[in-house]
Amino acid sequence: MKKKKKKAYSHSSVNSRLLRRPIERAGWFFLMPMVAAFLIGFIWPFLQGMFLSFCKFTTTSEWDWVGFKNYARAFKDSQFLYSFGYTALWTVVSVILINVLAFTVAYALTQSLKGTNIFRTVFFMPNLIGGIVLGYIWNMIFNGILSYFNTDILRETKYGFWGLIILMCWQQIGYMMIIYIAGLQSIPEDMMEAAKIDGASGWKTLTRITIPNVMPSITICMFLSITNGFKLFDQNLALTGGQPFTINPDTGSAVHTTEMIALNIYNTFTESGQFAKGTAQAKAVLFFILVASIGLMQLKATRDKEVQQ
Amino acid sequence: MKAKSKAKMPKKKSNLLWLTIVFSIISVIYVLPVFFVALNSFKVNTFVKTQTFAWPKGESFAGFDNFVTGVTFGGYPFWKSVLFSLVITLLSTFLIIFFTSMAAWYISRVNSIFCKIVYFACVFSMVIPFQMVQFTLSRTADTLKLNTPWTIPVIYLGFGAGLAVFMFTGFVKSIPLEIEEAAAIDGCGPFKTYFSVVLPMLKPTIVSVAILEIMWVWNDYLLPYLVLDKTQYRTIPIHIQYLKGSYGTVDLGATMALIFMSIIPVIVFYLTCQKHIIKGVAAGAVKG
Repeated sequence: MKKKKKKAYSHSSVNSRLLRRPIERAGWFFLMPMVAAFLIGFIWPFLQGMFLSFCKFTTTSEWDWVGFKNYARAFKDSQFLYSFGYTALWTVVSVILINVLAFTVAYALTQSLKGTNIFRTVFFMPNLIGGIVLGYIWNMIFNGILSYFNTDILRETKYGFWGLIILMCWQQIGYMMIIYIAGLQSIPEDMMEAAKIDGASGWKTLTRITIPNVMPSITICMFLSITNGFKLFDQNLALTGGQPFTINPDTGSAVHTTEMIALNIYNTFTESGQFAKGTAQAKAVLFFILVASIGLMQLKATRDKEVQQ
Repeated sequence: MKAKSKAKMPKKKSNLLWLTIVFSIISVIYVLPVFFVALNSFKVNTFVKTQTFAWPKGESFAGFDNFVTGVTFGGYPFWKSVLFSLVITLLSTFLIIFFTSMAAWYISRVNSIFCKIVYFACVFSMVIPFQMVQFTLSRTADTLKLNTPWTIPVIYLGFGAGLAVFMFTGFVKSIPLEIEEAAAIDGCGPFKTYFSVVLPMLKPTIVSVAILEIMWVWNDYLLPYLVLDKTQYRTIPIHIQYLKGSYGTVDLGATMALIFMSIIPVIVFYLTCQKHIIKGVAAGAVKG
């Protein structure tokens, strides 16, 4: 129903010359400032970045075309491959934990509980705090706990891994909870009542009615937490910054054991050496393809759902 | 039926009481990290690491010393960071709202091929990770002198336009065209139609977009870090990262005092407009 309405309006907007012509003539005022900034802030850097990933360069004005050599170098970089695997593993664990916990909290908070608003406010609060600050807050807390065991977070990879998981759960559960609550509240009341009258148990109601009805929210939260996981940078930098470093016995090179993919790209950009920036840019392009395909899958998934409704 | 639900009532209530208690405990645990920041900001540096969870007293109590060192920590006055963060956040949010709402209206009303291309590019930009443009964008900003707190909002307008245009277009499409046609018949040009008819109707979306942009820009670290001239301009996240990054032994007490000072305004802001914030986030997430 809603969809139909929307279509009718956009259709008439094309034909309404009364409106269209004068607006079109004022395009320099309405559209152009945003387009100009968009060109500076996104289109031009993006195209230049694409181009430079095929070049050897240290500044944007001096470059030599090298073809796919940067990409070959990126795929041969063991740290890059390690970071990718580490990020993927970390993302899987965090996506499961965040979504299960957020859904549980949202489900509990929609059961006409006392003080729901206060709980909601508290759980969402960490989202307002920036990633760098969050990283240092938790760095202090983990070090405080680990000091009882005479160690600290930079000593072992597993501390950094689980530390970052706890940090991100703390930050993201509130965010996902909001989305799940919105989904849960949109379930028609009579559907729930009908289930109750038919004598469905609480578990059956949850699995047969609640979860299928909040599927759109689940899709959104899944994709959001996946992209957030892959793109994570600030928290990673502030909590461990890639430490601890170990030596790979086969190659003799240092492995930054908690360095995630975004941080790896950032670090490659700051390396010296004539190929560093080209390799970093090639890695960034690969990273962009990865994140963008997840994002486009999400757009498609949510759009398919829209048609169904 | 009535009797049945009545009979069930007491059992359910006790169930929920149990849940309320559990959630109260979790809520307290949830606030603890912030509480410990406050606690440690009153502690002498050496005790922050060894007695993180102890109450500051006696020799570990630092009074307001940490705050005093904090405000000039690292040879950079903290009030400057606050000022730059504020300027950048407010200017960027204003620019984004002002220009993208107009553009969104233009895009959905004119709907030419060029508009469609711009719209598609905006949606596309939403999925681009910052690392893709980090090097080229910072160079472009340098060349165009967009590397000061007063000009960096242009970059934010460009890089952050995607989500805003997407959200505004979605809303503009739902506004009945008849209203604007009536305004046009009454003799309103496009400017008057937009500013006195369309813009007031956009208010709920403006609030949502503003909240999302404020949360993003205020907390953003990498973009200003790469674009701004760091010897002169440091936002709060850059400043905090500098303190931890550039010194071998860090004054943890003073860092906690700084973090505490930078969290307080955020929490006040959150508590005063939390209804809008939660609504804005829900709207943004569902669409983005």
